[in-house]
Amino acid sequence: MAEAFQFELVSPERLLLSARVTDVIVPGTEGEFGVGAGHSPFLSTMRPGVVKALSEDGSKHEYFVRGGFADVSASGMTVLAEQAIPMADLDAGYIAQQIQDASEDVADAKDEDARQAARLVLSQLSELQAALKAA
Amino acid sequence: MASLKDLKNRIASVKATQKITKAMKMVAAAKLRRAQDAAEAGRPYAERMGIVLGNLAAGFEGRDDAPKLMTGTGQDQIHLLLVCTAERGLCGGFNSSIARLAREYADKLLSEGKTVKIVTVGKKGHDALKRGYGQYIVENIELRGLKSIEFSDTKQIGDLVMGMFQDEKFDVCTLFYAQFQSVISQVPTAKQLIPAQFEAKDEAEDGSSEDALYEYEPGEQEILETLLPRNIAIQIFSAILENGASEQGARMAAMDSATRNAGEMIDKLTTTYNRQRQAQITTELIEIIAGAEAL
Repeated sequence: MAEAFQFELVSPERLLLSARVTDVIVPGTEGEFGVGAGHSPFLSTMRPGVVKALSEDGSKHEYFVRGGFADVSASGMTVLAEQAIPMADLDAGYIAQQIQDASEDVADAKDEDARQAARLVLSQLSELQAALKAA
Repeated sequence: MASLKDLKNRIASVKATQKITKAMKMVAAAKLRRAQDAAEAGRPYAERMGIVLGNLAAGFEGRDDAPKLMTGTGQDQIHLLLVCTAERGLCGGFNSSIARLAREYADKLLSEGKTVKIVTVGKKGHDALKRGYGQYIVENIELRGLKSIEFSDTKQIGDLVMGMFQDEKFDVCTLFYAQFQSVISQVPTAKQLIPAQFEAKDEAEDGSSEDALYEYEPGEQEILETLLPRNIAIQIFSAILENGASEQGARMAAMDSATRNAGEMIDKLTTTYNRQRQAQITTELIEIIAGAEAL
């Protein structure tokens, strides 16, 4: 079995998960990436998606995160999510709501930059919705 | 001298007040627990954020392309004071001590010839600063009617501050709030938000050469640029959480002493009442005896 390391998932409101894990998969802005023990120090922003962590005892944790960043250092890994919800609590209605919010953002955007950013979020969310439906 | 009936009425009214203060104390105690939990739950995020940013910022030390949020505008002429207070009163010196700190700070800046702008969060702070500093207040944000404060609620404040900074409406931003220490002690605190300040990082912890090897995705610059505004929002959020716990703590202490005070008052009034009642009985007896003797 692979070596374990300390993993923490925190949102501004609370600490969601703090456990010894062997593998974590994070939806980075520039592509999904996996982290194992001994990964080189690494810092990445995240897009909306699912963080998957495989804990030492074999149980699997899945959280939907929206924005934030992941920090990998020698002492462990921390995901700072702007919003994080356990997958078990997540339903299609929630995603639909998020998508609606995002499309309102696109409509409300004042300048081209903001619209571009909002559109990106919207497309990422739609992608996620499709993925969830398929699963 | 007050008549017996008056005294009786006063005792009744003090008792009613005591009941109210007692109930408010209980409510504050229950809310304090929740607020304290929220404040403690929010700490890991803010701490982590500080560490990560500290590491990142160290790499930008002295570089020209460092974001303005870190280095400032190069001036310190216009100061923005972000004063966070409670929405309600009856919590001892909580609101007034924050307002006093802000006022002293503003006075100091004004005497140095700087321009002061004030944004108040919470109704009470606005009320306290309206008199005398009304012309400096540019915005008042109320978080009234929110049961529990969530990050998204405070994001609007962060966005407002960021918007003002981008429009170059101020150079330095300072946040005022009360740091929660215990039920009986809340410390009014002033914290500089912009330009961002980072605590010197602990070199001993896991080797200082480590951050040199950090890889960034996308780039260092981009990450710093997304993190800094988020950090502002987080700082405000955690300040408001701390404030929430402090407010309830202060209210609990204030209501506790009010309840005790009312108890003392009831005791005193009851003594006076009894003494007067006895005096009246004695007077009546003397009258009867005197009447009987006269026969």
